[in-house]
Amino acid sequence: MEKILLLGFADQASSKLLAEGATVAANLAASLGCSWEVALIGEKVQEAANTLGGSGAAKFYGVEGEDFAFARYSSDLPAAEALLKESQATVILVPGSSRANRVLSALAMRLGGRADTHITSVTAKEGKVLANRWFYRQRMEACFSRPQRPWVMGLEPGNVVPQAFSASSVQVQMLSVALPDAAKRTKVLGLKYPAGTAQTIRPDAKLLFVAGAGWTKKQADGQIHAGEAEKAILDFLGKAQASLGSTKSLVDQSGEGNAVLSFMTHLNQVGQTGSTPRHSKGLATCCHGEEPHVVGWRFVTERRAVNMDANCGWARGKTDVLYVADAFEVMKKVNEILSA
Amino acid sequence: MANAYQIIVCGSLVPDPLQTLEPISTPGGPALKNELMLPAALDPWAGHALFEAANLAKQIPGSQVWLVSLGPKAKLQQLMMSVAQKAAFSFVPVEGNAGGFMSSVDCASALVKAIQGIAGLDMGRVLLFGGWESASRGAGSTLQLVGDALGIHDQFMGVDEIKVLEDGSFTVLERVEGACHQESLCAGAPAVLGWATGNLPEPTNNPQVGMVNMRSIMPALQKAVKAEVGLDGVEYVSVSLPKQLRDTRIVKDMPADEIAREIVEWIKK
Ligand SMILES: Cc1cc2nc3c(=O)[nH]c(=O)nc-3n(C[C@H](O)[C@H](O)[C@H](O)COP(=O)(O)OP(=O)(O)OC[C@H]3O[C@@H](n4cnc5c(N)ncnc54)[C@H](O)[C@@H]3O)c2cc1C
Repeated sequence: MEKILLLGFADQASSKLLAEGATVAANLAASLGCSWEVALIGEKVQEAANTLGGSGAAKFYGVEGEDFAFARYSSDLPAAEALLKESQATVILVPGSSRANRVLSALAMRLGGRADTHITSVTAKEGKVLANRWFYRQRMEACFSRPQRPWVMGLEPGNVVPQAFSASSVQVQMLSVALPDAAKRTKVLGLKYPAGTAQTIRPDAKLLFVAGAGWTKKQADGQIHAGEAEKAILDFLGKAQASLGSTKSLVDQSGEGNAVLSFMTHLNQVGQTGSTPRHSKGLATCCHGEEPHVVGWRFVTERRAVNMDANCGWARGKTDVLYVADAFEVMKKVNEILSA
Repeated sequence: MANAYQIIVCGSLVPDPLQTLEPISTPGGPALKNELMLPAALDPWAGHALFEAANLAKQIPGSQVWLVSLGPKAKLQQLMMSVAQKAAFSFVPVEGNAGGFMSSVDCASALVKAIQGIAGLDMGRVLLFGGWESASRGAGSTLQLVGDALGIHDQFMGVDEIKVLEDGSFTVLERVEGACHQESLCAGAPAVLGWATGNLPEPTNNPQVGMVNMRSIMPALQKAVKAEVGLDGVEYVSVSLPKQLRDTRIVKDMPADEIAREIVEWIKK
């Protein structure tokens, strides 16, 4: 008989991640006919625990304190270890985030189990737990099971619609975890926003707008129009509240002394060596649509592209619509319509 | 200035991302069609780790760089023809299956053994580098496991920058949610840094560095130990390619304002 534990961080309550995880946990527990529990780590965990008051979780555990306010391997790991030992769960579901993913593999290993990250779905078939994840950077999807327990699964965000659980005050069993000095060699100083990008990347936007290297290439008149490109793109992002993605070629140019878009950084890059964002729509402009870029579009549902080249990569079944046109002209008109 | 570092970079090969990949089933588990024939490249994020390592070693005199790679020997040798010209390092190859479906636990335990075999290793000076995720398994687990097994409890993932301070401590920028970085201050080595893109362009080929590297690479390859890297008990129920092709509507000769109107309508839908 499995026992399920949702392991989360208190700060995931505000981002829907915790509710997503609880949804997966509740569904899995229902299909296995077993109970599930919640364990939380953070500076304070009570409030986050209360948000799952009506979720059906049988029990709540917590590790809290100043030492656990920030994402740090050397404190998150012992906290998670203590929680798993206390609950004795066999299947641990963890809403995936940079904080969680930093410790999951070592966590499972320390307890004699195994971890798998970026899990897109968890199901049960004839009492057996099955997980799905992508391999080779979103090139192929596998469904698998594994014998080791505890089995720690990092859940990829955005794969389930989170249930709206009612909140209520719950009893949390607090565990005390004392950190040795050796676990405090790292001090988290805070968050740093690369100049300009904070406003251009909007993970929750409906629309992803991708700019490719074409924006900074010589155009029909033999000239580069980087300034115009910047204006058209920023204008559009503001008006459409879209999130800005980039190709590798465009962000790499900044290192090579070429014309650049001042607000682009590697954080904008989508693709094999960039991100795989989730948006319901995506519009690619001046981007060739090569495979290492397009694998980053795996979770972009509706796609359109504007490219001068009718034979670009997008034409080969990678977008729903390809407009063979000059993106400078098209985006100028789009911006005009949006401001009208 | 800080003590000289021993920078160990874990990184291996992956199929060239421009190749079409197709899964097949073999007695040893899922694999790629023609896996051994596919042109291979240095795993991109591990590559950034190597370039950052070489750059850091240059700044701090006396530092050394090792590249520890697990893969099929013949392919590692091919890979070295290009990688050896990019940065100065000592090569520590391990012969084993580097496929994406293979276990990161098996892989990590082979890497740990190889690292422990490096002569003159001083854990107080070790920075364990690598890609934060591979382009094959993409799990972000190998480096974490290697670090934990080596007793390194300061780990950073999705790293874009390290800055070493006068007293040997350093700051690290890690990618976190919301398109920003978390900045941390670490007291010093040992630490694990799983790199994202970093800040360096790919170094140009340097044939002299390549020649020096190759002198030690070939004997190292000959001595490469074999590691059993397998499925670790995982049972794959299915491995499939996504339905990739869309019916692309190619719109030619439509005036720009009409296209713009269509796009706006679609965005607002
Ligand atoms: C190991 C590795 C990893 C990689 N990872 C990634 C990754 O993560 N992400 C990524 O994006 N790439 C990645 N690549 C690179 C990828 O293969 C392509 O080289 C890259 O995506 C091309 O970028 P691009 O389309 O912007 O540029 P280009 O190929 O230069 O295309 C520019 C396009 O702009 C069009 N254009 C120019 N002017 C206009 C105009 N006025 N109107 C409309 N269209 C115009 C041109 O027709 C052309 O199609 C990777 C490659 C390797 C080898």
